Amino acid sequence: MFKSYFRRNGQLMGWTLLIAVLFWVVVLILLPQIYMLDYSFRHSLPPAEIGGPKDVHTLKNYQYLLFGAENNPEPYNRVDLMVFLRTLIAAALVTIIDLIICYPIAYFLGQNKGGGSLRILVLLLIIPYWINEILRAFAFRIIFGDSGVINEFLMFFGVISDPIDFIRANVALYAGLGYAYILLMIFPMYNVIQSLDRNQIEAARDLGASWTMIHRRVVIPFAKPGISSGCTMVFMLSAGALAAPQILGGPSSLWFTQLIYQWFNQGGNWNQGAAYAIVLLAVCIAIVLTVMRIFKVNMGDIGK
Amino acid sequence: MKSSSPLIRIGLAIYLAMFFTYLLGPLVLMSVTAFNSASFPQVTPWEVLSFEWFRVLFQDDRILNGLWNSFVVGIFTVILSVVLGLAGALMLTQIWPKLRATYYTLIIAPILVPGVVIGISTLVFWDRVNHLLGLPDDSFLHHGFFLTVMGQSTFIASYCMLVFVARLQRYDTGLTEAALDLGATHVQAFRKIQLPFLAPAIGSAAVIAFLASFENYNTTTFTFQKNPTLTIELAQKVRYGINPSISALAFIIIAITVFFALLNEVRTRRAQLAIANGAPVGAVSGGFKAPKILAREPITVAFALFILLVVGVGVWAQFYDPEPAKAALLAEKRAEQAKAIEALKEKRRRERLQKVFKGPDIFGAGKSKVPQPPSKTNRFGDVFKPGNLKTSGGKTDEDAKKPAGGFGSVFNPGNLKKSGPGGSSDGSSGGSSGGSSSTGKKGGAFGGVFDPGNLKKSGPGGGAEGTSGGSSDGASGSSSEKKGGAFGSVFDPKNLKKSGPGESSD
Amino acid sequence: MSAGVGVDLRDVWIRFGDFVAVRDANVSVEGGKFFSFLGPSGCGKTTILRAVSGFLEPSDGKVLIGGADMAGKGPNERPTALIFQNLALFPLMKVWENITFSMEVRGASKAERRKRADELLEMIALPGQGDKFPSELSGGQKQRVAIARALCAEPDVLLLDEPLSALDLKLRQHMRTELRTIQRQVGITFIYITHDQGEALTMSDNVAVMKAGVIDQIADGKSIYDDPSTPFVASFVGENNVFNGTVKSVSGDMAMVETNRSGLLRSRISGAHMGKLSEGDKVMMFVRPEAFHIGDMSSPEDTRIRANVRHSEFEGQSYNVFLEGDAGKEIKMSLVNRGETRLYEPGIELIMRYDADQAVVMPSGELASE
Repeated sequence: MFKSYFRRNGQLMGWTLLIAVLFWVVVLILLPQIYMLDYSFRHSLPPAEIGGPKDVHTLKNYQYLLFGAENNPEPYNRVDLMVFLRTLIAAALVTIIDLIICYPIAYFLGQNKGGGSLRILVLLLIIPYWINEILRAFAFRIIFGDSGVINEFLMFFGVISDPIDFIRANVALYAGLGYAYILLMIFPMYNVIQSLDRNQIEAARDLGASWTMIHRRVVIPFAKPGISSGCTMVFMLSAGALAAPQILGGPSSLWFTQLIYQWFNQGGNWNQGAAYAIVLLAVCIAIVLTVMRIFKVNMGDIGK
Repeated sequence: MKSSSPLIRIGLAIYLAMFFTYLLGPLVLMSVTAFNSASFPQVTPWEVLSFEWFRVLFQDDRILNGLWNSFVVGIFTVILSVVLGLAGALMLTQIWPKLRATYYTLIIAPILVPGVVIGISTLVFWDRVNHLLGLPDDSFLHHGFFLTVMGQSTFIASYCMLVFVARLQRYDTGLTEAALDLGATHVQAFRKIQLPFLAPAIGSAAVIAFLASFENYNTTTFTFQKNPTLTIELAQKVRYGINPSISALAFIIIAITVFFALLNEVRTRRAQLAIANGAPVGAVSGGFKAPKILAREPITVAFALFILLVVGVGVWAQFYDPEPAKAALLAEKRAEQAKAIEALKEKRRRERLQKVFKGPDIFGAGKSKVPQPPSKTNRFGDVFKPGNLKTSGGKTDEDAKKPAGGFGSVFNPGNLKKSGPGGSSDGSSGGSSGGSSSTGKKGGAFGGVFDPGNLKKSGPGGGAEGTSGGSSDGASGSSSEKKGGAFGSVFDPKNLKKSGPGESSD
Repeated sequence: MSAGVGVDLRDVWIRFGDFVAVRDANVSVEGGKFFSFLGPSGCGKTTILRAVSGFLEPSDGKVLIGGADMAGKGPNERPTALIFQNLALFPLMKVWENITFSMEVRGASKAERRKRADELLEMIALPGQGDKFPSELSGGQKQRVAIARALCAEPDVLLLDEPLSALDLKLRQHMRTELRTIQRQVGITFIYITHDQGEALTMSDNVAVMKAGVIDQIADGKSIYDDPSTPFVASFVGENNVFNGTVKSVSGDMAMVETNRSGLLRSRISGAHMGKLSEGDKVMMFVRPEAFHIGDMSSPEDTRIRANVRHSEFEGQSYNVFLEGDAGKEIKMSLVNRGETRLYEPGIELIMRYDADQAVVMPSGELASE
């Protein structure tokens, strides 16, 4: 078996390929994750004590997430758990919003006959994505800020007399997050819709279906792989977003990733942070697998 | 879409317009703020068109350092990711079918894993390796460059792999076999036959890898240690010290992006047109012939215009000096502030008066709101009107009325005449202490109590209290060189000239 | 590159998992000859070619080239050159670079290569075309470039994998002659695989007919045609009429066969089965369409067949008459277009005769499928 591999590739190429792939898969992908998993089950120890007698496995870090510190008066770690839940819910909301916004565009692009105007539209769609995500968040920050365009605009027309604190109201955050992943929502849907035979739609119209029916019964079922793929990506990226919440988030919208960040920077407890990260990872994997199972999508469908 | 009603079409057009406004609007606005001389990025109020923030940007050491780090990390990440991605893709074509699904899942997974998780796991893992190997804390394995390249390559290699898989699917393995059959070693066959075929894919993968590395935040934020990339620095600035130099950077990045996007479009279009016109493959991929056929293509026009615009603005920027305009604007602001301070002082004076004289409303109810412009004889006329207590700023109140009531002519303006223009007050009786004003107010029965100047702490020609309602926090000195007049030279026609593209209203 | 390097397959088995692609192949290709493997798709001929060229190792048995065991040697270590079915010309290289690729990998200088390329281009009648890209050439031109490229590698054995299947008829016929000419000119061993028996017969010195991994017969073209060893060979190569029956008696190289429908007929025994037939054996007797003549009641009974005409047609060089045969099948008689030949109306009964020497009988077996 191995013999045929080396026959096919020659010695030098064969070994180079093998080493490169093993390095990537084992050293970069598998080992760090496995180690992080292990790490999350350990105490936070100063470097000197690592490997020593105190370095045992413990569930402490996970217990903290659920139950809080030892002197926590409440039965559960309400704060952190709420943050976690809120992150997931917010990510779900962003996903839904993006879906609703992007579906018409994806449909329009996909069913368009193509040509020059299409390319320009696609170009316009792509350009914002080559801009750094920090800058995109920043743009929203100054637009939604107290002296930002939106407030100035509203005050100029006398709609309001004091600036609305969009940031506090999390509007800025949602707008920013929604914005960030539009491309990732549009493209899978666009790809799938593009392959839909227009004749099907024509036939449906011919048979007297209304636009809503056409979409509901013909287009959407066909586009399901694209929709689910887009939703998965947007959800995962929203739940795992760090820059946007840091820049656009108000005091009431702490993101779970920010908690992780804090553990690594201010909290000084890497193990705790690792545990939180594992939880995030586990939930993300669970959600992806669930969605894939429900919509019968394969890993192979996720490609740009 | 044929056979859709005009209503739907209009609705769609509106929707598209809104959508693209949402998409592109923030970028446009952000770029515009780069040119506003205001020290917080804003479009309104617009101060003065200025390129100074670009200068600030180019002089910011941290930004420049971050830029350099981004490049170094980017180059190494590209090299590592392209190599790993290519190896991964080649292996995918050869692996036993039973293992294939698992293998593919493994190498795709890094794309789906949250960036923070990759960053953390990289950090934690190499720290452990460092410890296991007994290396010191400042070893190579702890270095920001190493960690960041490792962390980023983990998932960027996946992107590269996808690019290569797509390209490899169109590769005829018979070509490699033919090469071998003709006597080539495997290395030779790869180098001479397969690699040239993959060259375009390598190019794409490298570009994608570089861009992804450059703009990465979630992973890099855990691995950068002492070598922050530009993105990290940006994030710090955005969170802790916003000024329009960030907008300037954004504008530059947007300009570069648009430039390359247009360039790419032009090239693609050229290739398409050439192929449509029947040129063979070889002729199209090489060379840079003058694209006559493109002369009328909208995309080329856009591209040319864009370059002209950028060059033009760049040249203009060298010669444009916003200082005079800024100075004028500054002067105007100060005047506005002075006005505001006046109003504030009046307000306080009145409040004090109210406390002192707890009697009937000596200011009258201010019922008849007859507008009355301030005249020299009625200098203080409107100041004490109840209505005047309403707004700050220099707005002259319209519901003025002559004082009536018990204290009658005590407050008769006429009685309050005192020293000449530019005079001062004795600043002795009652009220707040402090230096005299230089706004040329006359004193009165209550001396300098009601003298707005007395609310100032500094001496003649002195400064301001800095409590005016404007948002600029620069020094707003009083206009010492102004001539007399109750409100100073605010109403001096000369001072009302516009300075920038708009009048600022503080 | 020496003229006359032979290729030997000894007890070669090639398996893919449970599937047996080549079963116990024993072939000796004489050096300097044009040898063909003939058979339908999937019979294993491509597999054998890949085993000879080095892309496959046989599961059992040996492959010898010039007497040397090739076990463990990759394609780049064997003195063979393969011309692929889809030619596999390198699309990003010019024609002259394609042709001299084998020199490039050995480190020859550009000047040397250019010179050799020009020589070869002359030989394949494409002078001056060296700077074009393969995509700019026609099908026939690409073929020739592929041949030149292979020859430039100076192999001892040239292997050709159905190289003409993508060409149209006229070009195919033209290339047949060309290939044969080149082989004679250059003098190296050619191993050619095809499913077209016309190609195999016209070009080859010897042919191996294969079916489902088994080599049925190896012989020169005439023997394959006139003296097939198995019913498959008899029916695959050219057209043949089959008469089922049992052996009545044997004498020397002739046998009397009690056919199902046409009575007792006499026929030569197939060379491979000479001396092995006995009374009662189930056999098939084959008579080629062109071996039939119009006969009458005075023709010898044991080489005479009566049948009714179904229809007849004129094909230019011959008249074909289709008559009712055994078990609903047709008997085809081909009469050369000479003078008095004519069409026959359906329904007429004809008497046909043949020479016993031109018929061949062998044990029953599987026929080539239609």
